[in-house]
Amino acid sequence: MAKTNSRDRMSNEINAGSMADIAFLLLIFFLVTTTIAEDKGILVKLPPWSDEEPDITRLKERNVYSVLVNAQNQLLVREEPMRLANLRENAKEFISNPRRMENMAESPKNAIISLKNDRGTNYETYLAVYNELKGAYDELWDELSRKRYGEPYSEEMPYAQRKAIKSEIPMVLSEAEPTNFGEEK
Amino acid sequence: MAKFQKKRGKSKPAISTASLPDIIFMLLFFFMMVTVLRDSDLKLQVNTPEATQLTKLEEKSLVNYIYVGRPTQQYAEVYGTSPRIQLGDKISTVEDIPLFLEQHKVKLPEAKRSRITSSLRVDGEVTMGIVQDVKTKLRKSGQLKINYSAGKRAKDLN
Repeated sequence: MAKTNSRDRMSNEINAGSMADIAFLLLIFFLVTTTIAEDKGILVKLPPWSDEEPDITRLKERNVYSVLVNAQNQLLVREEPMRLANLRENAKEFISNPRRMENMAESPKNAIISLKNDRGTNYETYLAVYNELKGAYDELWDELSRKRYGEPYSEEMPYAQRKAIKSEIPMVLSEAEPTNFGEEK
Repeated sequence: MAKFQKKRGKSKPAISTASLPDIIFMLLFFFMMVTVLRDSDLKLQVNTPEATQLTKLEEKSLVNYIYVGRPTQQYAEVYGTSPRIQLGDKISTVEDIPLFLEQHKVKLPEAKRSRITSSLRVDGEVTMGIVQDVKTKLRKSGQLKINYSAGKRAKDLN
């Protein structure tokens, strides 16, 4: 009888008072090691590597929007100097060609953007240029999406709708092998 | 008067802290879920440029990071001051990239391998030469999904 009594005493609750302290300790550890800052950036799909020389396909000059960036971070767009701030609007006009100009893309489907930089170009400038060109396409997709589906273009849209928009205005950005005039030694 | 005094005398019990551990554990689990352990400390100075057309990278385990920048003052004596590449936690050359990608790849289940993204964290001041070399190497090793890491730009250009 006395034995059961002692067992009863054994099955008293475990003191959970220090549990909170242990949990706090772990919590603080994870708080310190956590990096909440998420990674954002410009997603790019590179073309696969091939050892063969690319075919030289003749393109109609009016369909090619050539952007050159030199080692002094200056832009030459279709043989004319341009400021970065004007690039997006100019590219949009070239791709959509609302006034059916003779020297701009026949249709968005035919438009090709050719980007070429120097090995001495600053990465910051290169990325800014890339950003503006991508921005031009993003804005065109957005406009088309609003016109056709009445909602802004986003990744949450049904796949079929996104595909329809992207086949209407495909983003063709070809990057040429950079020149090497101004690379730092 | 007597009534008040009686009440005050009675209301002694402390607030129960029995559920405190549960609350803390809940917080703990939250942080454990969102946490990615800091695996590499930077030996390079990397200030990524700013841009506007950003995409968020979804699964962090599917991302490998390639840093390009000038060594920080602490490491300038050893590695010089010209731009270098850092893979994981050591300074490397372009030739080490395929091995680095492979090491990251084998840790992942086969079904997810096609979704691996390389995040290029490149300092804005670096010239394109070294970036181009990295890009060429990535293309040669079949790693075509890349991400130019950038911060959010609030103000307009110029």
